[in-house]
Amino acid sequence: MYDLKNKKDKMIAFLTFAFIPLFALTTVILIPFILGVLTTLTDWNGLEVTKFVGLENYMTALSDPDFTSTFFNTIKYVVVSMITVNVVGFSLALLVTSNIKGKNIYRSIFFVPNLIGGVLLGFIWQFIFSRVLVYFGKATGIAIFAESWLVDPTKAFWAIVIVTVWQQAGYMMLIYIAGIVSVPTDVIEAANVDGATPTQILFKIRIPLMIQSFTISLFMTLKSAFMMYDVNLSLTGGGPYRSTELLTMNIYNDAFLYQEYAPAQAKAVILFIIVAVVAISQVAITKKMEVE
Amino acid sequence: MLAKIGKIIAINVVALLFLFPFLFLLMNTFKGKMEILKNPLAFPTEWSLDNYIEAFEEMNYINSITNSIIITVIGVIVLNIFGAMMAFYLARFKTKANSIIYLVMTATMLIPFQTLMIPFVSIYGNLGMLNNRWILIYFYLGFGISLSTFIYHGFVNKLSVSLDESASIEGASKFAIFWKIIFPQLKPITATLTVLNVLWLWNDYLLPSLVLVNKDRTLPLNTYSFFGKYTSEYGLAMSGLVLSILPVIVFYLFMQKHIVSGITEGAIK
Repeated sequence: MYDLKNKKDKMIAFLTFAFIPLFALTTVILIPFILGVLTTLTDWNGLEVTKFVGLENYMTALSDPDFTSTFFNTIKYVVVSMITVNVVGFSLALLVTSNIKGKNIYRSIFFVPNLIGGVLLGFIWQFIFSRVLVYFGKATGIAIFAESWLVDPTKAFWAIVIVTVWQQAGYMMLIYIAGIVSVPTDVIEAANVDGATPTQILFKIRIPLMIQSFTISLFMTLKSAFMMYDVNLSLTGGGPYRSTELLTMNIYNDAFLYQEYAPAQAKAVILFIIVAVVAISQVAITKKMEVE
Repeated sequence: MLAKIGKIIAINVVALLFLFPFLFLLMNTFKGKMEILKNPLAFPTEWSLDNYIEAFEEMNYINSITNSIIITVIGVIVLNIFGAMMAFYLARFKTKANSIIYLVMTATMLIPFQTLMIPFVSIYGNLGMLNNRWILIYFYLGFGISLSTFIYHGFVNKLSVSLDESASIEGASKFAIFWKIIFPQLKPITATLTVLNVLWLWNDYLLPSLVLVNKDRTLPLNTYSFFGKYTSEYGLAMSGLVLSILPVIVFYLFMQKHIVSGITEGAIK
């Protein structure tokens, strides 16, 4: 720890180490954030502000039927994808840490989709859903694939979920592997000796001892689900009939397509509040469950 | 024994599910349009590279990949160096103001990009700054600095100050101490952050789509417009996808160990 008495030394240290990062943080995040919150209280149209309107933009946003349906779509997507990504990720982690040959190869395979950007993944699956599976369904007579999933609102929603799981499960698997490996083997051996079943060991010993991995994975999947845009854009484009449009796309379209700047920004602030509240309480809850 | 066979079957089925989209993607890039329409599941009758040759030229591959590399490499270096400097500053100069700065930085990590997007475009658009890759790199510094600082900070805190102090007595400047003594010790964290930031910058779509104009556009942006233009030319569109995926797969093959450890470490911090 340094204790700089001299004012000049303090200034030099600040300018050398902190000035550029803090300048970037202020101009890129803090100023847009503050201005963004303030403009939601005005009639800003992208060019000028004429008056303060209080919470009117929030009222407009909340009474917009497109927003409410997008909002519920997003909540549904967040819940479903968070659960499926983590269940699949955790199961993969259990599989690749058990005594199977070629673990590392499997690990690499499961991780590959995560390297590729969401836009590209969405395009790959667009071809799979609208061509490959349709052909497969017609050729084999399996009715569920005979028509493209992307033209049916319910199936299109599940298509997005499937691609999300495919994209993120490998990443979460890595985090869960780290958790599983950190559980001391002697504890598990002791339980084995005492006659605990594998299920009991899993739920009573392994999972409680690696709650930290769950805290991290749930937080990451939650945040990325609320912010989802790329796969949404390239896989369904929000269709059919805006039925799979998630929040980010709704905000983007409102602002940059329809020039509804202030209401769109109000939605963006609502998104921030939800993400902050949900993320903080989720971390607080799982932190409480962590075993000391 | 039965359980083990079950596991082996399960893991292979899942592996197949993970791989099949890539296999069909790859297979169909060698076919002509009619052949794909006729049967997307069949092997190509003739393996042709025409799609690749055309996609390579049409999507401006060399130009896009150069842009992506420049932005990713410089962006990552800038984030690593400034993140480490900021972390060093906050960890070594403990003042009240600095602990507030640290708190604010941590809090900004909760702000979704979407909440900043509209005012961001309006401010920088009006200043006429949304038009080149250098400004994009600067934006990445702003958006990524908190996470980089946060991850480095935990590590700098654990480094003993005795080395710094003896260097200080010998008259080394604070910057020399940082650059010659601290930064080299941060190597494992630098590796972790490099992995996280490379994957972020290389694949990012939304921010660059708002900032970059034609000649500076990155691989994901050009792939997006290329795919949109040739959606019905399946073979061509998908060759474009394969060309865009290729660099990151090569990166993975060389860096696999670092990527796996980087992600695990990065998450736990």
